[in-house]
Amino acid sequence: MSAFLELRNVSKSYGTGADRVEVLKNINLTIEEGEFIAIVGFTGSGKTTLISLIAGLIEPDEGEILIKGKPITGPGPDRGVVYQNYSLLPWLSVYGNIELAVKKVFPNLTSTQREEHITRYIKMVNLLPALHKLPSELSGGMRQRVSVARALAMDPEVLLLDEPLSALDALTRGSLQIEIERIWRESKKTVMLITNDVDEGILLADRVIPLTPGPKATLGTTFKINFTRPRDKAEINADPNFKKERNQINYCLMELGKHRTVEQTEQYELPDIQPKDISKKGQAFLSF
Amino acid sequence: MSSKISNALRWIGFTSLEPLLKLIRGEEPKKNGLLVFKKLLVPILSVFIFLGVCNAGAKYLYNIERERKIENTRSVQGEEAAQQMADCIDSGDISCKPNSLPSPADVWSGAKTLVEDHKMITADKKEFKEKTAAINKKRKKQGKSPIEYTGRPSFVDQIITSLKTVFAGFLLAALIAIPAGIVLGLSETLRSGLNWVIQIFKPVSPVVWLLLVSMVIKTILANADMDKSFVISFISVGLCSMWATLVNTSMGVSSVDKDYLNVSKVLRLGVLSNVFKVVLPASVPLIFTGLRITLSVAWMVLIAIELLAQSPGLGSFVWEEFQNGSSDSNAKIIVAMFVIGGIGFLLDRIMMFVQKMVSFDSKA
Repeated sequence: MSAFLELRNVSKSYGTGADRVEVLKNINLTIEEGEFIAIVGFTGSGKTTLISLIAGLIEPDEGEILIKGKPITGPGPDRGVVYQNYSLLPWLSVYGNIELAVKKVFPNLTSTQREEHITRYIKMVNLLPALHKLPSELSGGMRQRVSVARALAMDPEVLLLDEPLSALDALTRGSLQIEIERIWRESKKTVMLITNDVDEGILLADRVIPLTPGPKATLGTTFKINFTRPRDKAEINADPNFKKERNQINYCLMELGKHRTVEQTEQYELPDIQPKDISKKGQAFLSF
Repeated sequence: MSSKISNALRWIGFTSLEPLLKLIRGEEPKKNGLLVFKKLLVPILSVFIFLGVCNAGAKYLYNIERERKIENTRSVQGEEAAQQMADCIDSGDISCKPNSLPSPADVWSGAKTLVEDHKMITADKKEFKEKTAAINKKRKKQGKSPIEYTGRPSFVDQIITSLKTVFAGFLLAALIAIPAGIVLGLSETLRSGLNWVIQIFKPVSPVVWLLLVSMVIKTILANADMDKSFVISFISVGLCSMWATLVNTSMGVSSVDKDYLNVSKVLRLGVLSNVFKVVLPASVPLIFTGLRITLSVAWMVLIAIELLAQSPGLGSFVWEEFQNGSSDSNAKIIVAMFVIGGIGFLLDRIMMFVQKMVSFDSKA
């Protein structure tokens, strides 16, 4: 069986000449159908670039990205994206935001079928009471749920989560993590989660893959996570295996991170100067 | 109920009345009392100070004008005539009233005259209509056009004509500027290609626009049987005022949040649904800011254009009053000034209200 989503030697750089920054270099990744994988990495390591590549919003310089063996050409509703900053249209209600997507992806539904479809996904993220509210009337966690519901309602082949929980407070994040795990089990979608939180990756994913810090970021060794599902946060936190896994991944990331800091070891000789008081009371306005 | 009233006040932009409402209800008397003083009493006081300054200024100018008039009479006709002139002026006789800045009291009586005048003309019109009703019926049967009232328009008629002209101009501006702004906003090539047109035409004076439009209209409508001065003035008003909307719309459309565009890209929305479902709603706040500026500019240039185009309206009213120089002309001009200012303020408030109704960020 061929892989569901496959990245072959994908590289991406921005700029030209001396300003050229190679963000991603030789990314190779294979994801099976129904798998939940997490990619963890430092901020600025090119995680969002990776998601945008798979979403088709930008094109790779080298290599190719295949879905079910077919190369992707541009963005499409077969890959649902959930962004860190929700990306909801502020003039549409919760229902309207999802309706816009559903209308485009399933143009042949009758209005009752469409309504059923939309409410099913709103129910899945527990937002029925907020059906006709505008995004500005919702909390951050609720907005992110709408965003997840919109992505799921398009019935995508794969769900791309771009740091979906980073903008939320710790408590909301915890409850949404559990909800994302449940939704994944119920919908049986292939999910790729990008995060900077190692714990989150271990809690949710089948595999955690570290992304080395950019420039020239590439994927590190895969960590297989073998906790039973459904997963419980408290249970996993108490599990000695969890600590082991986390330490390993953290260690791996730190090792990779060291490499970045080592690069900037050039010593600068600082001039020996002392601050001098140049304020003259009563004349301050003249000095401007 | 009470929160409904304060909400309504906030919607129409009269937040300054809110503390007074709260004070009447007895909420936090100390804090609201201070707010009433700051937001209500001080503004009212400033109106009285303004009137006082105007009155003093008018009196001062009147005295200078009076002395000069007496002095002139003395040098030309001698002491006795000068004494007569002084008596004549002090008696308040209209025939020898010095021509200077009118005092607030003069302005008030000027306003009353204008209202009286309007009542008289309305009555006159009604009478005329009754008189000609039978004849017009007959003429209609014979296929002739009816006899129309051709007397002079009242001040209120002038205001209505001006409002009609400004709305026609505003509609024209919106109809040209919004679609053009959207097209410019979507295409960077067109935007940079036509930038020079916008930059050069935007600062052109209304007077020049009027001349330009009349050059064109004169040729196009040479034989048409219609009110050319109205057409010329509303087109000029539209062309003068549309730039704010054009620039704001193209800016709004070109600077739509990238996240919203990504949503549209992922959904693969077509060009039209991208424009109508994502780009336009996202740029409504900026478009309306442009329309608000357009309407206030339109009202401002309208007066100057009417004055020059000899098109009926407030502008020509002001000009005619200035030309005819009767004893209360100056007062009537000042009345017109306040009416123009008041209507401009009202139009701006209406636009603000509409903007709040249609913008998604009104609650944010």
